[in-house]
Amino acid sequence: MKFGVIVFPGSNCDRDMAWVTQGLLGQPTRMIWHEDSDIDDLDVVIVPGGFSYGDYLRCGAIARFSPAMKATVKHAEQGKPVLGVCNGFQILTEIGLLPGALIRNRGLHFVCDRTPLRVERNDLPWTKSYDAKQVITIPIAHGEGCYFADDDTLKSLEDNGQVVFRYSDVNGDITDRVNPNGSLNNIAGICNQAGNVLGMMPHPERSADGAIGATDGMGLFKGLLELSMR
Amino acid sequence: MAQQYQAQIYVTLRPSVLDPAGVAVQSGLSHMGYNNVDSIRIGKYIELNLSADSEAAAQDQLNIVCDQLLANPVIENYRFDLKAVALA
Repeated sequence: MKFGVIVFPGSNCDRDMAWVTQGLLGQPTRMIWHEDSDIDDLDVVIVPGGFSYGDYLRCGAIARFSPAMKATVKHAEQGKPVLGVCNGFQILTEIGLLPGALIRNRGLHFVCDRTPLRVERNDLPWTKSYDAKQVITIPIAHGEGCYFADDDTLKSLEDNGQVVFRYSDVNGDITDRVNPNGSLNNIAGICNQAGNVLGMMPHPERSADGAIGATDGMGLFKGLLELSMR
Repeated sequence: MAQQYQAQIYVTLRPSVLDPAGVAVQSGLSHMGYNNVDSIRIGKYIELNLSADSEAAAQDQLNIVCDQLLANPVIENYRFDLKAVALA
């Protein structure tokens, strides 16, 4: 399974992503410069975290117009997997591959922490390595991670089961107290209706290498690999 | 012949969107002693100079630019004032 990781000016999680897909999982991986649009050779496109184009105007607003993202939309339209993490999630909402928007954290602070997440569905390639309603712990690091959508959009997300991860406590209870940023319905990650596009604020790539003490995020990448063996 | 225009663009958060930064500034005003400020909403002001064949053409272009880049319609509203300016 061939992975591509987009590199914008200001990306800073791109190498960590490649370390997981190539370094740990041994999958061919190449970096995609933001001005490149030839990505037909790739199975999975990853839009990594960071501060693309300095986060000027709004997080992800300028990255949306890059040639690499236009190619990523076409990639997604073919049903191929696209993963956006943190700034990548913000970009996927700006470009319209995922609904809603990420706004300033409720508490205004940049939050850097490890948060329990409840896996809301495990019938997607992204989550098939997890049990239904399993609680995993994944790092977050963001200042604009508060998920917002209008009432109709939120309802359709819930009705269609597009919420993939929610901020929870270690027992899987969803309360406002464990919501790190004010996200509506404690939303930490969502997918599109087809399920091939996933956006999430937490960083699974920072929780994949046992050498740094946590591996809960690895299941997300391993689930994808099973897709290629079918 | 193309004419020069200047647009003064205001991007504001939609009323339904929380503005924690506005709330924080309001609390600063309260510490200044001004307890009569009912609310603060923080937005963006953008000046943009462009040339266009007509005011209508400039407006059309600005609407596209605002909808797609300068504002995010999911969370923000925008309005702009447009005026013709003399060529330098």
